[in-house]
Amino acid sequence: MHLDHTHDGPTAVSADAHRPDGRRRALRIGLGGPVGSGKTATVAGLCRALRDELSLAVVTNDIYTREDAEFLLREAVLPPERITAVETGACPHTAIRDDISANLEAVEDLEDEIGPLDLILVESGGDNLTATFSKGLVDAQIFVIDVAGGDDIPRKGGPGVTTADLLVVNKTDLAPYVGSDLARMAADARAQRAELPVVFQSLRTRAGVGEVAGWVRAQLAAWTA
Amino acid sequence: MSRAALLVLADGRFPAGGHAHSGGAEAAVRAGRITGAASLEDFCRGRLHTTGLVSASLAAAAALGADPVTLDAAADARTPSSALRAVARRLGRQLMRAARATWPSGELDSLAREFPKGAHQPVVLGLVARAAGLGAQDAAYCAAYESVSGPATAVVRLLSLDPFDASAVLARLAPELDLVADRAGEAARRVPSDGIEALPAVSAPLLEITAEDHATWPVRLFAS
Repeated sequence: MHLDHTHDGPTAVSADAHRPDGRRRALRIGLGGPVGSGKTATVAGLCRALRDELSLAVVTNDIYTREDAEFLLREAVLPPERITAVETGACPHTAIRDDISANLEAVEDLEDEIGPLDLILVESGGDNLTATFSKGLVDAQIFVIDVAGGDDIPRKGGPGVTTADLLVVNKTDLAPYVGSDLARMAADARAQRAELPVVFQSLRTRAGVGEVAGWVRAQLAAWTA
Repeated sequence: MSRAALLVLADGRFPAGGHAHSGGAEAAVRAGRITGAASLEDFCRGRLHTTGLVSASLAAAAALGADPVTLDAAADARTPSSALRAVARRLGRQLMRAARATWPSGELDSLAREFPKGAHQPVVLGLVARAAGLGAQDAAYCAAYESVSGPATAVVRLLSLDPFDASAVLARLAPELDLVADRAGEAARRVPSDGIEALPAVSAPLLEITAEDHATWPVRLFAS
């Protein structure tokens, strides 16, 4: 977190904690992780858990379609004007890390058009284990992996697994069917991440869903403190 | 003035949003007009002498201090496709954001206030060159080079084209890039005496038409 990142003068710079009118901007949380690990479903779960208590919006970064945005629209987790899709030129990690200009434009437009927001979730298109968000774009990031992608992913590490502010190990209900050892995944994640938190989540059994939402609430409490 | 500022501005990794755009190459690949290095070269040559020349002239004129609002209207008039006008403004806004953080300048601040949703990218580029202490010719070179480097990079991804072949295409176009940058610089220097009409108004109709179609594709790798 970089809570007091401010710049002098009129230049609107990406990480500024305040908008040009002096109000504090929305907290931005990024969600990254491999293809199919359940990022969009996690975003949908967070929207359902938080939409009655917070003003929130979502930016998706699809690889070559608008499918993630359309999934969220279809599921009606938020009104359509609160969901924006950014096109990434086949390179989601470029759009969330190396050249964040289109994403910054999207978050700025959402705040301009909808009014004060508490939270903006920025979802990356599915990418590889090294894909992380720029600190100029988000204040904290969640990395989502799943048990079916192989229980050796926490051991392999990589910037997403080791440095994300929260690691979500998703689809725990599938573990018995794919032969994944959850205890081993937990031990490997602890070894890679030291004190950083890990949540084991199943959107089917609802296990862990409340914990992820609780973590987001705590981030927001620190941001607005 | 620092010569090296030109390298910073012209670097394809300068974070101003260009990576998500193919400059019409995605539509041309789908239509079978770009199939390899030779047809990529033809495509780039065509784009350089049309869109590239117009963009380079606008950028050079902005760098020389011509009124950016007038130049923006001139860019609108030279871009028949509304999809391409929207793309030019989006990229202008993204370049503005990157440039104001990189080379803070009062002129950029006032242009940003004038066009909160973005001015045409070549106009912004010209003012960015000024802010970076670069000249009109430098701005023209950046615009001309972008007009071909964008499609070349995109085609490497779209066709899995050998990246060395794509670089060789750009190298073979270098003498023509010099020519276009010179013509753009000359035209821009005539603006104070001859008015905005001194700027070239050549266009590539197929690029305009396919951009309109491309904007409606439900599945695409590039935003334009």
